[in-house]
Amino acid sequence: MATTVTPPPPPGAAVRRRPAEPGDRDRPRRSERDPAGRVLNVFSHGFLITWGVLVTFPLVWAVVQAFRVDSEIVANPWGLPTSLRWENFSRAWNVSSIGDYFISTVIVVSGGVFLTMLLGSMAAYVLARYEFPGNRVIYYGFVAGLTVPIFLALIPLFFVVRNLNALNTYHGLIMVYVAFSLPFTVFFLHSFFRTLPISVAEQAAVDGAGHTRTFFQVMLPMAKPGLLSVGIFNVLGQWNQFLLPQTLMQQQSSFEPDRSVLAQGLVALAVQQGYRNDISGLFAGMTIAMLPILVVYVVFQRQVQAGLTGATLK
Amino acid sequence: MQRGKYPFIIGFLALPVAVYLVFMISPFAQTAVYSFTDWGARTTDFNYIGFDNYTRLLEDEVFRKAFGNSMFFFITLPVLTIGLALFFAFMLNVGGRANRAGIRGVFGSSVYKVIFFFPFILSIAIVAIVWGTILRTDSHGIANAILMGIGLVDEDRPLLFLSHPATVKWILVAVAVWGFAGFFMVLFSAGMSAIPKDIFEAAVLDGAKRGQQFFRVTLPLLRDNISVAWVYVGILALDMFALVVALTPQQGGPNNASQVMATQIYQTAFGSYRPGQFGYACAMGVTLALFTLVLAIIQLRVLRRDRIEY
Repeated sequence: MATTVTPPPPPGAAVRRRPAEPGDRDRPRRSERDPAGRVLNVFSHGFLITWGVLVTFPLVWAVVQAFRVDSEIVANPWGLPTSLRWENFSRAWNVSSIGDYFISTVIVVSGGVFLTMLLGSMAAYVLARYEFPGNRVIYYGFVAGLTVPIFLALIPLFFVVRNLNALNTYHGLIMVYVAFSLPFTVFFLHSFFRTLPISVAEQAAVDGAGHTRTFFQVMLPMAKPGLLSVGIFNVLGQWNQFLLPQTLMQQQSSFEPDRSVLAQGLVALAVQQGYRNDISGLFAGMTIAMLPILVVYVVFQRQVQAGLTGATLK
Repeated sequence: MQRGKYPFIIGFLALPVAVYLVFMISPFAQTAVYSFTDWGARTTDFNYIGFDNYTRLLEDEVFRKAFGNSMFFFITLPVLTIGLALFFAFMLNVGGRANRAGIRGVFGSSVYKVIFFFPFILSIAIVAIVWGTILRTDSHGIANAILMGIGLVDEDRPLLFLSHPATVKWILVAVAVWGFAGFFMVLFSAGMSAIPKDIFEAAVLDGAKRGQQFFRVTLPLLRDNISVAWVYVGILALDMFALVVALTPQQGGPNNASQVMATQIYQTAFGSYRPGQFGYACAMGVTLALFTLVLAIIQLRVLRRDRIEY
């Protein structure tokens, strides 16, 4: 493999190369005759493929089970579906309320991410671009929130939200999501706004744009790549949040509608499994919950990787 | 830029700061205050009882166990996650370059990255459901089915996995590593390709072998990434709440063998067995907060070094 799968040479290496001859590509160059390299290559692919199987197999297996009947799964966990049981999905959606959970999640996450991005970028912009007394204090106040785990504030948070009559409400959970997403959003966008050229904003001011207009019409569009990265980060983080809804989105009485979000509802279903056997329904629900994440990941794959890793590096 | 600066600043900061103060700062501050009270669910008012909650913590068997388990995760999870991530990042970048300078991916490295990264963005609920069913303690669990199939496990005595006090923690670590390793691999891989080529060219000219290049050049230059990753996994390891709740019997079982500080706080406040000890749960929270802070500072101190700019 090592001889055929040669990456293009770095620009610097071109100088040392002989002029191309017919058949030159297939002829191993000095450096690639190194047998250790080939062995290592086989090794690395071996390890990488093994881990790839370990990662994908459980997920693929679970999705396949979503199309089978419980009795089949119990009898033979290995088997493939004899026919595609789409009714598992409708049962999960309707009977196990995955549909309701899904809608709750969409409402909370879309509200939460929109407000997080709006408030976060406003705060980050002001903190990054304006000198005023207290600037540092507020900035470090936000950044300090990055280091503390959520559940430390959990008990008083429960009572803060209860005193606002916002337990088991969408707006209550949204506000909490915004508060807990702000530290990272402000932190990331703060450094992003700092890298944008000052001259553009100055030019806008010369042209008579006020501070607010400069922000919304000049700076915000320029910050689009940063906004996209943080936005995706927040979508994933809020979509997958478990502890906060588990505490704040519990039905306070049986008269209230169940507004559980997906992560919470799925765990409840999984814990119930001991009592009510509907494995295929559980897998179907899981597949439904996984789909949006998969779509976001496939579409924004590069931004997700770049955003998440870049975020940690900063 | 000066005209109307202050109204603008206040207008832009008021709402974010207000939300942040109400839902984030104030709960944290209140946790500290309540930790000195005997506040419980049955009483409407409470008394300040000094450090009583904290001395009680020292004698609390279950909390000590939970503390020990959190420490276990705090040590094993970063070592295994970062070790594995570095290994795969190395595997991903080592092949196909022979003595040619610079780091580049093996064939299909971007495909590997896409796959490895995926578990990290899955909801912990999904991870728990998949692994929960795989690790079921009867022959219907796929892990047991495989082992029985090849005759390693007796049909009548399936492995208990998450239901055995000796194995439950290691399995939780394995599931967490399964989820996290890919992310840090991508992180380190990005760090590796950011290292300028001429450094490797110099190393090759000096006769450095592949292994030497990795340990003497790549690894030291990745130090910043590794130390950030270390702190990050450390914080994840002190949490573990969702995995424990969703995967273990009695949410912290068997017999509190997988109880961690997070689940302990949650159950002391909202659980089903003697819940509502809010003051006491807050004291646990403060302990954990101080602890997290101290550990993060130590980690950063140990790993700190002058930044190398390139």
